[in-house]
Formats: sequence, C-alpha cells, structure tokens
Amino acid sequence: MSRTLAEKVWEAHVVRHGSGAEPDLLYIDLHLLHEVTSPQAFDGLRLANRRLRRADLTIATEDHNVPTVDIDKPIADLVSRTQVETLRRNCAEFGVRLHPMGDFEQGIVHVVGPQLGLTQPGMTVVCGDSHTSTHGAFGALAFGIGTSEVEHVMATQTLPLRPFKTMAINVNGALGEGVTAKDIILAVIAKIGTGGGQGYVLEYRGDAIEALSMEARMTVCNMSIEAGARAGMIAPDATTFDYIEGRPHAPSGADWDAAVEYWKTLRTDDDATFDAEVHIDAADLTPFVTWGTNPGQGLPLGAAVPDPEKIVDENERVAAEKALTYMGLEPGTPLRDIRVDTVFLGSCTNGRIEDLRAAADVIKGKHVASGVRMLVVPGSMRVRKQAEDEGLDKVFLDAGAEWRQAGCSMCLGMNPDQLAPGERSASTSNRNFEGRQGKGGRTHLVSPLVAAATAVRGTLSAPADLEV
Amino acid sequence: MDAFTTHTGVGVPLRRSNVDTDQIIPAVYLKRVTRTGFEDGLFAAWRSDEHFILNQEPYKAASVLVAGPDFGTGSSREHAVWALMDYGFRVVISARFADIFRGNSGKQGLVAAQCSQSDVELLWKLLESEPGTPVTVDLTDKTVRAKDLVAPFEIDDYTRWRLLEGLDDIALTLRHEPEISAFEGNRQTWLPTTDPLPAV
Repeated sequence: MSRTLAEKVWEAHVVRHGSGAEPDLLYIDLHLLHEVTSPQAFDGLRLANRRLRRADLTIATEDHNVPTVDIDKPIADLVSRTQVETLRRNCAEFGVRLHPMGDFEQGIVHVVGPQLGLTQPGMTVVCGDSHTSTHGAFGALAFGIGTSEVEHVMATQTLPLRPFKTMAINVNGALGEGVTAKDIILAVIAKIGTGGGQGYVLEYRGDAIEALSMEARMTVCNMSIEAGARAGMIAPDATTFDYIEGRPHAPSGADWDAAVEYWKTLRTDDDATFDAEVHIDAADLTPFVTWGTNPGQGLPLGAAVPDPEKIVDENERVAAEKALTYMGLEPGTPLRDIRVDTVFLGSCTNGRIEDLRAAADVIKGKHVASGVRMLVVPGSMRVRKQAEDEGLDKVFLDAGAEWRQAGCSMCLGMNPDQLAPGERSASTSNRNFEGRQGKGGRTHLVSPLVAAATAVRGTLSAPADLEV
Repeated sequence: MDAFTTHTGVGVPLRRSNVDTDQIIPAVYLKRVTRTGFEDGLFAAWRSDEHFILNQEPYKAASVLVAGPDFGTGSSREHAVWALMDYGFRVVISARFADIFRGNSGKQGLVAAQCSQSDVELLWKLLESEPGTPVTVDLTDKTVRAKDLVAPFEIDDYTRWRLLEGLDDIALTLRHEPEISAFEGNRQTWLPTTDPLPAV
C-alpha cells in the first residue's frame, strides 16, 4: 500500500496497534529535556518509584532560563536558578547526559540535537517543547509533548498516540531575492491559519523546499506548531545526508551505508494521498512580517496594517481589533513605517550559523539606527564559536549590536532578556503572542534579513530598502 | 487522577479566540519546580485588569470556562492545564482546541469539551444575560446543559474512558512492557545513543 513519509515513520515505530478507540503505542528514539518542563516529570518518577527506562536515548540542556551575559556567575533570579539546579540534580540522579551553561555543547535544545547528529531521518523525537517540530526537517517525526507525556516517555520510552492526519504543503517555484525560509512559513501560517494544521502532520514538498539548506528547512519545520500542526516533515535527501555525515553521533563506516540506504526509502510514495493539500507559489512570496498577536496575523512587508472593519468573519475581526489595540497600531499604516525599539536575532527558529551569516552580510559596514538596540544571540555555544571563527561577532559589534551567549533569550520572557511594557521589537523568533517577550511587549516576527535591515533603518525594512 | 463523570459549576464566557498558552499562564510563572500553586499565574496579564470577566462576581467562582475557537494554541506547557485546574476549572468548552493542550488536559483530568461554535455562542449569551448560571457537563452522555440549553460535545473515546475510570496512563502502558522490550530488541543498531562524548 502506498504511504506518506509520516505514515512510514509512524508504522516503523508501532510497538502495538491499539484496537477500537485505543491509541497505538509508539516507540520514541530520542527524548530531549530542558529545565522548564521536566522537574515535575522527574518528581512523578520518584513518587511512583519508577526508573528512567532509557537514559541512553535521553539528553538534556539548559536553555529557557539561562542569562546570555555573565554566564560564569550564578543565575541572579533565584527561582530560575532553582529550576536549573533542579535539572542538574535530576540528571545526576537518573544518569542523563546534560549540557549545562558554559558547556561547549550547551544551547537551545532544538539547535543542540541536530548539530550533534542526534537527530536523524526516520526517528521519533519528542521534547516537552512545542518547537520540537524543528527536527522534522530531517524526515524525523518530531513533536512537542506536555509534562505528563515527558514522564510517560521517561518511564516507558513510548507514547500512546492516535495517528495524525497528513497535509501536503507544496511550495514550488523559485524564491525571489531576499525571500527566505522564514517568509515561506509565515506565509503558510497566514494562509492556513493558526488552527489550520490541527490534527495534521505537515509535509513540506516541492522544488522550493528541496532547494532549501538543512538549516532553512529547520526554520520551516520549527514553526509548524504555529499553524496548529503537531509536526512538520521534509523528506531526507542528499542535503540531509551531507549535513549529518561526520557529526559526533552520526553513524559511520558500514553503519553509515546501511543508514543511508534506509533513509532513501523515507519518501512519500508517488501514488500516496494526503488528507489535505495546500499549494504555494514561491515566486509570489516577498519578505513577510506579522502585525498582530498571533503568527497567522502576517502580511507582506509592502502591505499596510489591516482595517478590522473590513474583516468579514466576526471572530477574526474581534481578534484583529484586540491585536491592534495591544500592538498600538492604526489601520492603514504602511508596515514599513513601523518604528521598532529592539531587534532580536536568535531563537530555535533563526539562531543558527546561516541565520547569523545572512544578517551579518546585510549589516556589515553599517550601523544600528540610533535609539535601537540589537541583540544577537547564537542558538548554541557551538554556533557562537563558529560565528566567532568567521568574524561575525566583530561585524555585529562594529555595527553596534550586542553579541551574547547561547540560550532562548528574548524568544520568551523567562530569562533577563525581555521587552519592557510598550516596547516594540522586530524578532526572528516564532511567537508574537501578547506578553511573549515580556509583559506588554509588542512583537513583529521577521526573517534574519529583515531583522538586520530593520536594525539599520529603525523601521520594519528589507535589505533592498537599504540600497535606495 | 480522579475519575470524572459529571460536573456542575458556574460557567464563565471568555469571548476570545486563539487563547494561547502564553495568555493562560505567562512564561515567568513556569520557573517553579512544584506541581501545584499555579492559580496565581492563570490569565495573569488579563486578570491585572479589574474589568476582566474573571474578576467579576459571580464569574470569579467559575469552574466551567466557555472560550472562543483555537483554545490552548502555542507552547506545550502543561502548566496551562495546571493553572486552570488549580484555579478551580474542571471543564473548558471551545469549538476547537490545540492538539497539545487537548492531550495535556486529558492526562490531568481537565475535560476539553468540543462544542459547535453556534452552541458556544448560545452559552455565551446565556451566561452573560444570566450571570452565575450553573452549567452541567456530563461525560457519560457527552452533553452540556445549562437552563433549557442542551448541547452535545465531542471528546475522543479513549480519553473519555480514561477520565471516567480515572486511569493512570503510565500504568496502562507498563502492562505492555514485554512488547516494548521485544520492540527494543529489533531496533537498528546504528540508531544514535546519547552516551557521553569523548572529551574534546
């Protein structure tokens, strides 16, 4: 029977098929942990006197709470410090490998897995974090779970799940100059809505997807959850294999050949059908930015703030009115005229080396606009080191930006990097929810190229705007 | 987990769509390592406004939340479910739930009852015109009742069964331990493990 990529990976992990309403029991190949969603799960194990079944398929890093300056000092926020220290104690007690603050392999959990070569095609990957969808870029079935499920995986290395439906996101054609993976995914979310992917695994397909680098594919899959989808996937190909080969945990020798032979079978069969299909013409896309308070409220940079009165659907109209009030925006204002206070370059969406290179290329020899601060936060210490080896740190520092240590940073208000009430940002992160970057903060989601150009001009801008 | 069969309590209308988990509980409240006491973080930003509906009598004492579509989107934080339950909610009614939130609810015994948007609108009108109206959510026949209104709701059969029985997911899975071990015996040997790396 012909099957989609997602169905193939699912079937390969079924420990037992459920009967009737009972879900399938799915084996989990890799469990990623961080300090926020794990403490109550470790506690649950202890209370029930259960062991961690597979410490050798589990890895932890510190990311959400960590400061991105003065990392040699103890974390000043005592509650944050307790959470990080609790992770350290739990990992020591249960024998889990942990990459703590300051470690060379420390970083955002979704940057760490791929760069170590732990994320491979055809695997099932879970983490108590919704952006686990990132790992689907390798053709893995990867999705975020809650703390109860974290405990379940710890105790059993499995999860009871009902199969997802499948949706093809076909992106064909060539991307224009200055248009990136971030613009693709923001356009996808605007098209299908924040609930459009509910119950589905999205498979991104088409020549525009095949042309993307591995890191760009991770950006696309990362934000699948913003369309409501639990997971996003891209079929592995030569780009994928080249990225994995030689990484610390990649197979080698005869194992490599066996693995690649299997990975090559991980494609949707030609005659397989999806439960839903969406088509996007890459050539139509331009730099995309959000104007509202959910990632579906986005428009091309050349557009203007929408007028809620012209929105027919009542729920959407009310949502748009509330969003504009929160964002402090007037209908009809050209998006390019929106002035920002802060630019954040980083996160599991856009904190990898290619993102830093792309932004550095735009900002090189220029300066951050007066009154604007720019934070550049590498996704991991390894990315940071690589960027420094390439001299990117100097490019950013010369431009007046801040060069930080690795972590989730300003993507969410859990660490010292936050927006003040009313402060407006252009951010390469993934969520523009009310208060996401700090209470009262106003977020516009953008690509690294738009972030860099915005930093220079002080208003939402594309690199092309710097040339005129 | 306590079994859930039926619940009657004050309903509160929340006329908002896309209530993401950052709104349900902001990140700053996620730093705790305990499992209880998250009620102070529930809708923290909105509750700082005295006009917010949960600050009004008799809605303050509500245990049934009636919200707009796409409830619980965004972050996977189970703290959102804990915060709702610690505050006193036992049921959330919405026309659409985000997948992870729905799953987390089912693990904790919070009923995520999916009603049609037209029934949600009827409930909103009723709860606004007659504040304090008790709402009964019956898991045995999957209906919501309030005054003369009777609305069916959807919940998947397996979650419903577990909630009715109050069963622990992990214990259910561990009944299949031999099958898990057998599966592990057949995994590809080249799959990665996280054993410590050699020192650099």
